Amino acid sequence: MKTIFIKIILLNLLLITSVFSGKFENDIKPLLKNSFKTKEVVINQVSQKYSENDKLQTLLQALMKGDLFYTKQDKTFVVLYKKEGKIYYTKSLETQKQLEPMNKKMFKKVKTNNRLRSTIREKLAELNLFSKDRDIRYNSAKNMLKHVSQNSSVLVQKALKIEKDSKVLSVLNEINTIINVKFGTDKQEAIVKLGDYLSPQSLQALKEIYASSEDKELKELARLSIASINRSKDFYAFVEKAFFGLSLGSILLLAAIGLAITFGVMKVINMAHGEMMMLGAYTVYALQKSMPNLIEYSVIIAIPVAFLVSGIIGIIIERLVIRHLYGRPLETLLATFGISLILQQMVRSIFSPLNQEVKTPQWMSGALEINSALSLTYNRLYIIIFALLVFAGILLVLNKTSLGLKVRAVTQNRKMAQAMGIKTGLIDALTFGIGSGIAGIAGVALSQLTNVGPNLGQAYIVDSFMVVVFGGVGNLWGTLIGAITLGEINKFIEPVAGAVLAKVIILVFIILFIQKRPRGLFAQKGRDAED
Amino acid sequence: MKTNISLVQQILQKDKGGKIVLLMLFFVVVFVAISNLLIPKDSFFYISTYTVTLLGKYLAFALLALALDLVWGFIGILSLGHGAFFALGGYSMGMYLMRQIGDRGVYGNAELPDFMVFMNLKELPWFWCGFDNFFFAAFMIAFVPALLAFIFGWLAFRSRVTGVYLSIITQALTYALMLAFFRNDMGFGGNNGLTDFKDILGFDLQSDGTRISLLVLSFLALLGGYIVSKYIINSRLGRVCIAIRDTESRVRFLGYKVEQYKLFIFVVSAILAGIAGALYVPQVGIINPSVFSPMFSIELVIWVAIGGRGTLYGAIIGAFIVNYASTYFTSALPEVWLYALGGLFVIVTLFLPKGAVGFIKKLNLKKYTEVSNASS
Repeated sequence: MKTIFIKIILLNLLLITSVFSGKFENDIKPLLKNSFKTKEVVINQVSQKYSENDKLQTLLQALMKGDLFYTKQDKTFVVLYKKEGKIYYTKSLETQKQLEPMNKKMFKKVKTNNRLRSTIREKLAELNLFSKDRDIRYNSAKNMLKHVSQNSSVLVQKALKIEKDSKVLSVLNEINTIINVKFGTDKQEAIVKLGDYLSPQSLQALKEIYASSEDKELKELARLSIASINRSKDFYAFVEKAFFGLSLGSILLLAAIGLAITFGVMKVINMAHGEMMMLGAYTVYALQKSMPNLIEYSVIIAIPVAFLVSGIIGIIIERLVIRHLYGRPLETLLATFGISLILQQMVRSIFSPLNQEVKTPQWMSGALEINSALSLTYNRLYIIIFALLVFAGILLVLNKTSLGLKVRAVTQNRKMAQAMGIKTGLIDALTFGIGSGIAGIAGVALSQLTNVGPNLGQAYIVDSFMVVVFGGVGNLWGTLIGAITLGEINKFIEPVAGAVLAKVIILVFIILFIQKRPRGLFAQKGRDAED
Repeated sequence: MKTNISLVQQILQKDKGGKIVLLMLFFVVVFVAISNLLIPKDSFFYISTYTVTLLGKYLAFALLALALDLVWGFIGILSLGHGAFFALGGYSMGMYLMRQIGDRGVYGNAELPDFMVFMNLKELPWFWCGFDNFFFAAFMIAFVPALLAFIFGWLAFRSRVTGVYLSIITQALTYALMLAFFRNDMGFGGNNGLTDFKDILGFDLQSDGTRISLLVLSFLALLGGYIVSKYIINSRLGRVCIAIRDTESRVRFLGYKVEQYKLFIFVVSAILAGIAGALYVPQVGIINPSVFSPMFSIELVIWVAIGGRGTLYGAIIGAFIVNYASTYFTSALPEVWLYALGGLFVIVTLFLPKGAVGFIKKLNLKKYTEVSNASS
């Protein structure tokens, strides 16, 4: 008893001296001690004193995760950020600079216990909940939602008074309602209110009430609220599926637009179309390798570059091979398949047979959170928009420019076009170039979603042919609708039947569909349609 | 018997190329069989069992190429999914061979093949029943591919899916089957396929005698397939088929039921492909879903194209040339092989539209005209 008393006195002395010394590093020195009580006191002290200091945040977070260490040698605090076997990579807490990686024996961990961690969590939440940065406030509120306790009540009330941002407010309100449901006085109102929220925690709280409450009225209300949450959840799950379908559809659209041009407009089967996409994806990879400083912009830069790379290669292929095979579709199919093999092997020889890592720029990663049941990832969102833009662009080029006019003229009546002075050879080459170039752009988009490897193109070629056949040859609108329909069907069957069976079912569906409409959804009409 | 032989003679009468190719193959097979069985191992003339197996594999492939040439060369259906029929025949044979393993598998389970034990299946799936019986399996080898070809062809030809569309749909068909067979719960061994075969009809698969018998059987199957195909082509029906290949709509306007002709040829071709698959499996010792891959089916098209489409024996030549080159290059210069294969596709379509056979004929024609020019 006596010793403890002495210890406390000593501790207080220590604290007083350290507070007066006024330096953060000195103030946290007591964390070196083993006593959890000491640590708690210190944490409470420094949280009060340094709430504007960034280091406090770092310290608390590291402590929370168990990443705070000190060196045995000179007792300075370091934060662990990477482990490789027994080698620890650390940053100095004081200077925030990276230190030499060292063996883990050189460090000692600052230990925490449950009680301490809950204190830290509270302090962190408090710190963040009143931060100036809206995102930090939001995330902090989200974190609090995961561990709702009665203690948070005061904090939440305080935050609710000054918070302005609607999203943060909504989370705070949800926490508040859960607290009311669990510990409040007017449970009935809170239960009804909670039915409007979506997070798993709300559902959990309601289920607890439903399972344990003695009050029949409360039970009934909880049941209704649970049902309401489940209804909205089902709805958002449906929306999410539709979004995934749209996303797949937009990828198919990107892959199929180029094909719709070469196959639909020129009647050329280009089996190397998938490899044009692959080249586009590798363009992103090559650009990122050659300009490591511009990762953020690499995807944007890659779009025109990939268009040119794939387009020029397409033109070369057209001039060297396909030109000689017009009117012989089966031969074209075989020759372009040969080209696809050569291109694949070329990529294997130049880069490697392995998949390459393509980085996603910051602005494309993450997700747009609509609510806790629905979040849409940015890369998919951007790709949907991008696919539609490309589609609109192509439609414009084909319908509103003189090049488009010539392309249409050549496809409708080659001889007449020639008689009118259109250089049909040049138009053929350009059309094929555009089709291939768009495949390259599609590759840029794909590089953000799948592995970039020599087989990237093959995975999409069958699907994109299906789109064109389904949508109807020679009609871009058919391609649009075909792509999105197939994407949606796929994503809605997938959870029921599995990914593989979904593909098989779609194939059977298409085979049956062309029984009814052999020329696809939007068939070309008139004399031109029969070849 | 005599009438049979004369019928064969009649069929092959004007087919000089076919006779030469088949005779050459006959001599090669006889030579290989003798050198493998009768000549001592250290002799220079001894031919290893590896070569026997390789030749047997080529013969199975040649039969497959023949089947494709029948539909592509004579009725104008470019099937990019013939590998599927080949694989189905192969799987039927594989299932029979799996059942023959009995309790000699790794798990020693007499009731179930190893992979099913591994997957914790309690009893044999219904579609495996009957495969203990060789005759049932032999029936299925022809029946399964024929059924698929019938259903698919009936749907496709009825709705007049032609040309490239048909090619793409057939490719999608084999692609879908590949995906399906890759699934473990399909009950066909997933991506490992069926393997570890022990014996066929009680004969040890590893013994030289069985290998030679399979080789001879493959040759006989090829010969039989060739004669049947030739018979069909020379018949009245065959002429209609060729007319369909050249101008489908005219034949239709003349009152022929184009769909039925196509369906018949397609089914016959699928059966031949299935038999080829069934001969391939015991010799190679494995069947897995990669045979369903669109890549294999399209490679098969180049065998036919390079040999010469629409000649039947050209397909056999093509299968041998490409597969020999493939065996050689993949061990010697694996990097080069895909370039070479890709190049072959381009060169053959651009410069040799009639394949090797057409090329030789052209050379002969030139010689002939030169000779006649000189004499006149």
